[in-house]
Amino acid sequence: MSLKKSLAALGAAGLLMAAGPAFAAKDQLTIGVAQFPSTLHPNIDAEVIKSYTLGFVIRQITAFDKNWKNGCLLCTELPSVQNGLAKIIDLPDGKKGMQVTIKLKPDLKWGDGEKVTAKDLEFTWRIARDPKTGFSNTHPWSRAIKVDVVDDSTAVLTLDKVIASYNEWDQVLPAHIEGPVYEKAKEAGDYVKQTTYARSPTTAGLYNGPYLVSGYQSGSQIVLEPNPHWPGTKPGFKRIVIKLIENTAALQANLLSGDVDMVAGEGVGLTIDQVLELRKQHPDRFTYLFKPSLNYEHIDLQIGNPILKDVRVRQALIYAADRKTLTERLFQGMQPVADTWVNPLSTNFTKDTIHYPYDPAKAKALLAEAGWKPGPDGVCRNDKGERLSVEFGTTAGNRLRELQQSVLQNNWKASCIEARIKNEPARTFFGETLKKRAYGGLAMYAWSSAVTESPRRTLGSDNIPTEANGWGGANYIAFSNKRMDELIDKSEAALDPEEQKKLWHDMQQIYASEAPVIPLFFRAEAHVFPKWLKGYEPTGHGDWGSFESENWRSE
Amino acid sequence: MTAYLVWRLIQTAVVLLVMSFVIYGLIGLMPGDPVDIMAASIPGMTPEVMANLKAIYGLDQPLMTRYARWLMAALGGDFGYSRTHSLPVLQVLAPALLQTCKLMVASFVLSVILSMALGLISALRPGGWVDSIISLFAFAGISVPVFWLALILILAFAVGLQWLPASGMGRVGDYGFWDQTRHLVLPVLTLTLANTGQFTRYVRAAMIETLQMDFVRTARAKGAAPSRVVFVHALRNAMVPVVTIMALSFGTLFSGALVTETMFAQMGMGKMIYDSILSNDFNLALTGLLFATLVTLIANFAADIAYALLDPRITLQ
Repeated sequence: MSLKKSLAALGAAGLLMAAGPAFAAKDQLTIGVAQFPSTLHPNIDAEVIKSYTLGFVIRQITAFDKNWKNGCLLCTELPSVQNGLAKIIDLPDGKKGMQVTIKLKPDLKWGDGEKVTAKDLEFTWRIARDPKTGFSNTHPWSRAIKVDVVDDSTAVLTLDKVIASYNEWDQVLPAHIEGPVYEKAKEAGDYVKQTTYARSPTTAGLYNGPYLVSGYQSGSQIVLEPNPHWPGTKPGFKRIVIKLIENTAALQANLLSGDVDMVAGEGVGLTIDQVLELRKQHPDRFTYLFKPSLNYEHIDLQIGNPILKDVRVRQALIYAADRKTLTERLFQGMQPVADTWVNPLSTNFTKDTIHYPYDPAKAKALLAEAGWKPGPDGVCRNDKGERLSVEFGTTAGNRLRELQQSVLQNNWKASCIEARIKNEPARTFFGETLKKRAYGGLAMYAWSSAVTESPRRTLGSDNIPTEANGWGGANYIAFSNKRMDELIDKSEAALDPEEQKKLWHDMQQIYASEAPVIPLFFRAEAHVFPKWLKGYEPTGHGDWGSFESENWRSE
Repeated sequence: MTAYLVWRLIQTAVVLLVMSFVIYGLIGLMPGDPVDIMAASIPGMTPEVMANLKAIYGLDQPLMTRYARWLMAALGGDFGYSRTHSLPVLQVLAPALLQTCKLMVASFVLSVILSMALGLISALRPGGWVDSIISLFAFAGISVPVFWLALILILAFAVGLQWLPASGMGRVGDYGFWDQTRHLVLPVLTLTLANTGQFTRYVRAAMIETLQMDFVRTARAKGAAPSRVVFVHALRNAMVPVVTIMALSFGTLFSGALVTETMFAQMGMGKMIYDSILSNDFNLALTGLLFATLVTLIANFAADIAYALLDPRITLQ
């Protein structure tokens, strides 16, 4: 190659590189995430990343705020018995039910300028109850047996029982867009395939939030731009880009290079240890925020294992686990130790339960009481000579969990309990072992729940997975306690907050004393965002901070 | 030649049929189905809803029935619906394929050019200092993990020098030719460096062996210019085994650039296939893997034709 040609090639390469990095201007916010939603339809599939994304573009009728208090997003006033928007009624079959009046804000509009009306609410309820639509979560709407549209802004929902969650309502769908699609869908599952949310996700009329989806590249990125018909606070960014970078090391590099401005902390970005490390290396470059969440890390105890049948052994396992040191050493104390499944931020939390501080002496005493004495190899034995040895499983390849496992294994060893590690890929662990309650002894993973959700799914005896119920339910510990079942039933129907607190107090007491599970800690969401981003307030629960994204500003 | 082509077509169809059966069966044997996985994250999902969804997605049917249905539909051109993208499979496949083509073609062409040059230079003076440096480079290319190489390039060119974007396929609001090219530089460089090492070793070995053959000695004795001996006599013969390796690599590249695509957030075939297998998206995983198989078969076929062109003694029968 001649010198001229070489110089020309170098020049072209220089131009290519000097075109400037893809920095976001401050009127654009680029959010890095490690997951991508399979669809933007609110009722099909359930993914954290989808709920997070929808927070920008579709508002629920009601949602919990950063202080974990329920409030109106689309409605004018939160229905309550006190304000008369909710009342207990007698149903024709003689049972008690409820009538809930929802008044939508009159100036709400879809992204195409059409009004959000009570007809949209009725349409959403109607198609959610139709099994042919293939909605994965019908629960929010199946609570209502009838919806009467009073006027454009008012709908009255009739519920077939008295339920505490009567004033918690999800997103509505645009009847003017999804109505014709639904009418056209004949076979079961056709609607799922034909919905505009999948076929044309950039259709403005699908959204009623402060932002609209203006660009959608499946498996790559979602571009959001302000909704011109949004009646609330004007959004602070001309563009928000939600960009998928699955590899977390690459995600960190993108953050440092400025290709992404922030990493969402709602379980869709970096893990807590990665953010802690980033903070150590670049303490002043970003704002770091750790928000304890509803993700409850714990260890299920196999009640079918003869060793774990004895409550004293279960309690000894908790006393022998130094959970405080574990969270301090591994997570710099950012993940608070749990006593039960109820997060201290919840209004239903009680301090008045049995606490299990790290107390190896007490653990040994309890074991001795249960007939377990230290053997020649340091592992306890009972009268029959059986060793106090249990299997300990979790999701293989999850580095943090494997570290936790190692710490706990050592803790227990000091109290003459042998934990034999038996990990499995997440798919096998959740898809087979937990689902069919086939774990041998201990199974470590996390539960996630809604703010006021009763523990029926995880502690109700009607939710024990069995072959007969198609392995449905998530009570993998097969916990069956008559009093707990009664309390669950009552808590789901109690409308008085004080009564709720008492019922939840009793449930937490049973949970702590029966020790069917070893509580570990509440996972903290690890947020990394630029110092110039103001108004960013994560919630820690499933109604994500993106529900207040119109208040995010660059300064 | 016609008989050979027909035979290869039949072979290809049989391989694809067998592969579709094997892949479908293997994915079906994986624990947990998509509805079970979904149920774990939806508090209100009742057993009735689960049963309904399984029926809608056809998961309530035996594996063989599902496979037979898929096969019949696929023969009619309908490859089904991707559950994880909420789109027909071909609509998901097309952009991924395009992105992979850009990545693969660019990196493959660059790797071939570089490895031919380096392999040749190396083979001309085996054991010399130039050969040692090239061999070191080649071994480094073979042994350095791709994800680490990608990360180093990101840290150097995106974080440190800030010359190039760290990830993505284009800047929102731009997406012009230059913008897309800038986004391709680092992933292409990663794949090129990784492949060049391997190819260079093959070219070097083949050339050293060929340069010692009698016909090369004869050409030299006849007074042929050194460049003619190398480029006309030796290189052409040395290419026969090298072409096989490159053809096989080309097929693998179409589905095997998973790490590079993940590190640089490029939605290509490798990443798409991997994600679809993990999320039990049968239709997408199956179609993607079959396509990768098809590319490998075509690449092999192209290699066979190349043999015939390179070596007149080889005939296609």
